[in-house]
Amino acid sequence: MSDISAKSPTLGPDTLISFDGVSKWFDQFQALKDINLMVKQGERVVVCGPSGSGKSTMIRCVNQLENHQQGTIHVCGREVYGNMKQLEQVRREVGMVFQSFNLFPHLSILQNVTLGPIRNIKLSRAEASDIAMHYLDRVQIADQAGKFPSQLSGGQQQRVAIARALAMKPRVMLFDEPTSALDPEMINEVLDVMTELADDGMTMMVVTHEMGFAREVADRVVFMDEGRVEENCGKDAFFAGGRGQRAEAFLSKILQH
Amino acid sequence: MTRPPPQIRRRLTIVDYVCFGLVAAIIAYAVYRVSDVLVYNWNWSRVFNFVIYYDEDTARYVPNLLLKGIATTLRLAFWATIIAATLGLVMGYMRTSKNLAMRMISRCYVELVRNIPPVVFIFIFYFFLSGQLMPLIGLDDIDKNGALVSSGVFYTLFGDPRLFSNFVAGALCLALFEGAYITEIVRAGIQSIPKGQWEAARAVGLSPLAVLRDIIFPQAVRKILPPLAGQFITLIKDSAIVSLISIQELTFLATEVASTTTKVFETWIIVGAMYFILCYFFAALFSHLEKRALQARR
Repeated sequence: MSDISAKSPTLGPDTLISFDGVSKWFDQFQALKDINLMVKQGERVVVCGPSGSGKSTMIRCVNQLENHQQGTIHVCGREVYGNMKQLEQVRREVGMVFQSFNLFPHLSILQNVTLGPIRNIKLSRAEASDIAMHYLDRVQIADQAGKFPSQLSGGQQQRVAIARALAMKPRVMLFDEPTSALDPEMINEVLDVMTELADDGMTMMVVTHEMGFAREVADRVVFMDEGRVEENCGKDAFFAGGRGQRAEAFLSKILQH
Repeated sequence: MTRPPPQIRRRLTIVDYVCFGLVAAIIAYAVYRVSDVLVYNWNWSRVFNFVIYYDEDTARYVPNLLLKGIATTLRLAFWATIIAATLGLVMGYMRTSKNLAMRMISRCYVELVRNIPPVVFIFIFYFFLSGQLMPLIGLDDIDKNGALVSSGVFYTLFGDPRLFSNFVAGALCLALFEGAYITEIVRAGIQSIPKGQWEAARAVGLSPLAVLRDIIFPQAVRKILPPLAGQFITLIKDSAIVSLISIQELTFLATEVASTTTKVFETWIIVGAMYFILCYFFAALFSHLEKRALQARR
């Protein structure tokens, strides 16, 4: 496992995520078709596309919430596959934020954030609490640490979910439509936290329909349709019009309002 | 501050009184038939003596067979619930497992128990239990007068040491039988936890065991406590069937009392009342606890 770049010519030392010819089927339906993609250290990649285009499935393959059936995925130099020990290693490097927050309702905000560090990194409760409070403070929600998820608003819950992922000190953050389940007035408080995170140099893969966020934060935009990566280009090129017909049609639809 | 308008109190209407009247008439007719047509010599005190009797020598009330029987019933229900819950937790998890062998084993268990009449199941299992298992673990040969066995704690938990292997057989039969129903309760509880909880737990790097222990089971158990409490009450009632394999609980002792006294009606009415009081007490207790838990969570 020491010299991966020799095995796979696409992997440079600063490549955190790479997809090589990845395909996935749900029964007969092919959700991902021969995906080739790389995310470098410090890069912010926004993934967009119509619903059912496979963008969520793709980023869920990175930490194997979905497993792919063909091709290889490397994260931080490790190939991801079914071995549990190896997967726990990969998941330590990869933080994930979900559309529906998925906080643990029976645990306090603080316990939600400390659980990962205590169980996976085997930190003591006190150490984990210190780290948790640091990140809760960073998403400006430290004063709610003793409450339970049901007592917080959607925006607050999503910020806690971001802190929970950050507490594992991941090298990559995955966001799966983090603002889609939020009321409009709460979208910005979450996007602001994400923008700050990007400014600090976090490597991010974000599935979102927020084109304003993409324009402001992304380095690269990936456009997916019917399980394929249709566009994969720099943000400026993408928004300046260097995009194909399908991307054009999609953008004109979501930018109308 | 505006006050809410005063609520109109619900009153009983004429229809309600008519219904009450009808029920009273039916009961009165039944009593008339029993006392007038059925020539039967009621003798309640004879049977009551088997619930509790006054010992002239010690000048004290002493619990008799039927009270001892209901104590055994309670002990049976208690231990059978604990064993069945443990079994149900494991089997219930296996029902939701990805592993085919695990799913098949737990499915077989549940379907076997659910599709054979309880009495038949208990006969079959009891013959295996008393013929093979009991001699194997040597329960029949325990020292009846050993220090551990003759203590008060042992008596409270398991009843008369002389009947210990009999008691264990009854508890195991019941547990194995009720375990299948608890398995299904546990399975439903686990499946009611949203997929996102599993995913979030995995995504923060929890091991499969930690996912279950820290995230899924705590939430599932909260959801299944009410049906589990209901199952406990069902188990108290179902425990009557182990009287058929001579476990000395309430129903078994009641048949003895009925045949010695020949007061069949009195015996079974009293025994029915005893079951009712016990089950109703637990039902009320559990619903009270449930309400309290709901309030505490707010």
